[in-house]
Amino acid sequence: MTPHVHRRDLLRGAAALAPLVIAGRAFAAPQAGSRLLVIFLRGAYDATNVIVPTGSDFYRQARPTIALGKPDPADPKAPLPLDAHWSLHPALKDSILPLWQQRQIAFVPFAGTDDMSRSHFETQDTIELGQPVGGHRDYGSGFMARLAGILGRGDKPIAFTDQLPLCFRGGAAPVPNLALANVGKPIDTRQAKLIERMYAQQPALSRSVAQGFEVRDTVYRTLDEEMKAASRGAVSAKGFALSASRIGTLMRAQFNLAFVDVGGWDTHVNQGGATGYLADRIGELGRGLAAFAEAIGAEAWRSTNVVVVSEFGRTFRENGDRGTDHGHGSIYWVLGGGVAGGRLAGDQVALSPTTLNQGRDLPVLTDYRALIGGLVARQFGLGADRLAGLFPGAKPRDLQLI
Amino acid sequence: MALAWSRGAGSIALLAMLSGGALPAQAAPSGAAQRIAWANRLTWGATAADLAASDGPGSDRWLAAQLEAPPADLPPDAAAQVAAMRITREPLAQIVVTQQAMQRDANALVDPEQKKAAREAYQKSMNALADEARSRSILRDLYAPDQLREQMTWFWFNHFNVQAGKRDIRAMVGDYEETIRTHAFGHFRDLLEATLRHPAMLRYLDNDQNAAGRINENYAREIMELHTMGVGSGYTQQDVQELARILTGVGVDLNHDAPRMRPQLQPLYLRAGLFEFNPARHDFGDKHFLGHTIKGSGFGEVEQALDLIAAAPATAHHVSAQIAGYFMGDAPPPALVDRMAQTFQRTHGDIAQVMRTMIRAPEFAASLGKTFKDPIHYAISAVRLTYGDRVILNPQPINNWLNRMGQGLYNHETPDGYDMHAAAWSGPGQMATRFDIAKQIGGGAYGLFRLPGTTADRPAFPQLQNALYFNGLQDALAQPTRAALAEATSPQEWNALFLSSPEFMHR
Repeated sequence: MTPHVHRRDLLRGAAALAPLVIAGRAFAAPQAGSRLLVIFLRGAYDATNVIVPTGSDFYRQARPTIALGKPDPADPKAPLPLDAHWSLHPALKDSILPLWQQRQIAFVPFAGTDDMSRSHFETQDTIELGQPVGGHRDYGSGFMARLAGILGRGDKPIAFTDQLPLCFRGGAAPVPNLALANVGKPIDTRQAKLIERMYAQQPALSRSVAQGFEVRDTVYRTLDEEMKAASRGAVSAKGFALSASRIGTLMRAQFNLAFVDVGGWDTHVNQGGATGYLADRIGELGRGLAAFAEAIGAEAWRSTNVVVVSEFGRTFRENGDRGTDHGHGSIYWVLGGGVAGGRLAGDQVALSPTTLNQGRDLPVLTDYRALIGGLVARQFGLGADRLAGLFPGAKPRDLQLI
Repeated sequence: MALAWSRGAGSIALLAMLSGGALPAQAAPSGAAQRIAWANRLTWGATAADLAASDGPGSDRWLAAQLEAPPADLPPDAAAQVAAMRITREPLAQIVVTQQAMQRDANALVDPEQKKAAREAYQKSMNALADEARSRSILRDLYAPDQLREQMTWFWFNHFNVQAGKRDIRAMVGDYEETIRTHAFGHFRDLLEATLRHPAMLRYLDNDQNAAGRINENYAREIMELHTMGVGSGYTQQDVQELARILTGVGVDLNHDAPRMRPQLQPLYLRAGLFEFNPARHDFGDKHFLGHTIKGSGFGEVEQALDLIAAAPATAHHVSAQIAGYFMGDAPPPALVDRMAQTFQRTHGDIAQVMRTMIRAPEFAASLGKTFKDPIHYAISAVRLTYGDRVILNPQPINNWLNRMGQGLYNHETPDGYDMHAAAWSGPGQMATRFDIAKQIGGGAYGLFRLPGTTADRPAFPQLQNALYFNGLQDALAQPTRAALAEATSPQEWNALFLSSPEFMHR
């Protein structure tokens, strides 16, 4: 058996996605009005119990108390088959399964980094910085900030976080950040004008002050309309679903390069199976993504890509506490209206004790830089010259995700 | 609220401003603005007390007292809050060992639900320990008489950064900060070794896992790169590897008894509290470090290596530049940094002398008011200005403000510490957050005078238009700020505008 099984989606019309040839050079066709949202699941989500290798007996042996069963249409707790090998967690039935059926979501198994520290803190930094592992780290240069710089004018980046994340640090123009969990009423216009006037003679700060108010204002105004609309009988969302819906509303018209993080995935103890802690978390994530797709609207959704990443996967075998420990390879998600989905993308390897990384966790066959680099190259029509600075030392890999 | 607005000496001048936008005719006492400028730089923020004292911040007498006296006591109301804390009542080793036992017992439970509950209780008590340390730190910044020491305590913590969230460091950060505070104006070599011997640092940079044959370079590299010589200062990867070998066996031990080892190694074993040098884990080969041969001998190698590092000209320069940057902002004058580095070398790293060289330099006086405040300077100075020596009852709102501004105490994940460049704190999101916080501080007590467990603040109203303002602060305001303040329609709004002004963003 060859270790790597290359899978290609034969159903996809090859002609529709053939690269454009302009003046003798091949370019990926950029999506007009393109938007990118990166969602970071901090704490290392247990990918193996969410995109489940139900075709593997080894999976069930390795997880005697937390493994999900085989797909079974009669059992509402059974995972939902994606292909002959993989199934989806039942908590994603109403949110993510419809996207899969519409071929708007692809999963990239065996994805991650070459950072073997198994430290949340090291590996999150590794991903956000997007710099070669082992070299000197420049904490003032995150990959999203570099992408914003590459895209240049007309680009509107934002981090939906309470602090500016590492991935958006650096770059020529300051990137705003704003947490959406409780968007308070901004300082009233009159006061904002008074404050702006105080900074009229402060060249170093005046732009920042004005932009800060503008972003606040934009967000509040946009969301205020949404809240009024939502109050007409709709069930109000909570938690990540609320934030994600707001992000959708804001990315529809205002921002096109965004980052948000979701915590609570470090499931060392009692993580549950078809139901329980992880099922609740993943269900909330799924509802959030569905709410995002709905809020951004059908038109914008067609040119939006959402990438879901996490710092590493967890141990393939469950531990002594009905949980899982720090592992290596994860499973990333790519979704959007223009995504060539309904498939598992990238290289795969059959799961067995000998194919696990260090005998304990999923190996990484698709580097996150190759994945994201290849995706944004197509999405934004970036040639190798413009792409070179995004992930220094890493080669983008075109998984033909859009 | 309206009463406070119309009462007091300030109201007449304010009415004059509101009516015509003209400034009050009377000039501030000569030098008052200057005294405030010195206080804003050398303390955590000027208060009305700085106006009264002729020998206040900036004076020779004040400076000598700050640099030479041992750590001072807090005023009684703040001291009582600190005295009640577990981190005050129990020594570090006891806290850490107790916490470890609590975690071990939780992990030993069989029932998953019980285990989960016990683990949550453990996490809660760990968080409480870190929060106590944060509260104590904030109270000291607000009220300690030795303001310069407290500023340097924050600086050195950041220079030798650890993150509370890693492993069991939450139980250790209070003591770590206390250790740094004691050495804040001592010799750099002693401060360096005090951090090296502290379990918080040994945990944070993984040296407790550095042993012969299983080298972990993490701490060795950061000592060279961040704590002492600075990146690109001439040391090599080989030096880092050799220092890592020298540091093998330096670790943390929570057990009561010394580990077992061969009898001939036992005399080389060292233990002080949780700190341990375990010769059985040490690489006894000779090392070649910074051009010197260090004979394998045990912990003496570490002492020799620290002597070499602390005496290196690169260390004098790097540390001087960091101190100058902290006080004087981005790109401090190179000539001044050179003079500080000369003092550092001449005095064998006497930090008080290096401080004196900086503070007495003409460049320092010329830079007053031009350093952009980082979030902690912003928050602390706002509360000091607003409430003076009236001691707050609850530091938690300040903690929350620091978190919102992205500079929470002991929260920085990476060993480089919080960025001290203005650009790190003056982005659009950060500025907008500051204006929100200005509004909260300016608008009322906002929980600062609410005892934990109660729902209402004791009566407290932020009165920023006080003697300090009329007798000095306002002299430093530029015309656009004066014009904006003149349009305030309530004292709360006036407060918020003043705390949002560019002048208040600088120190």
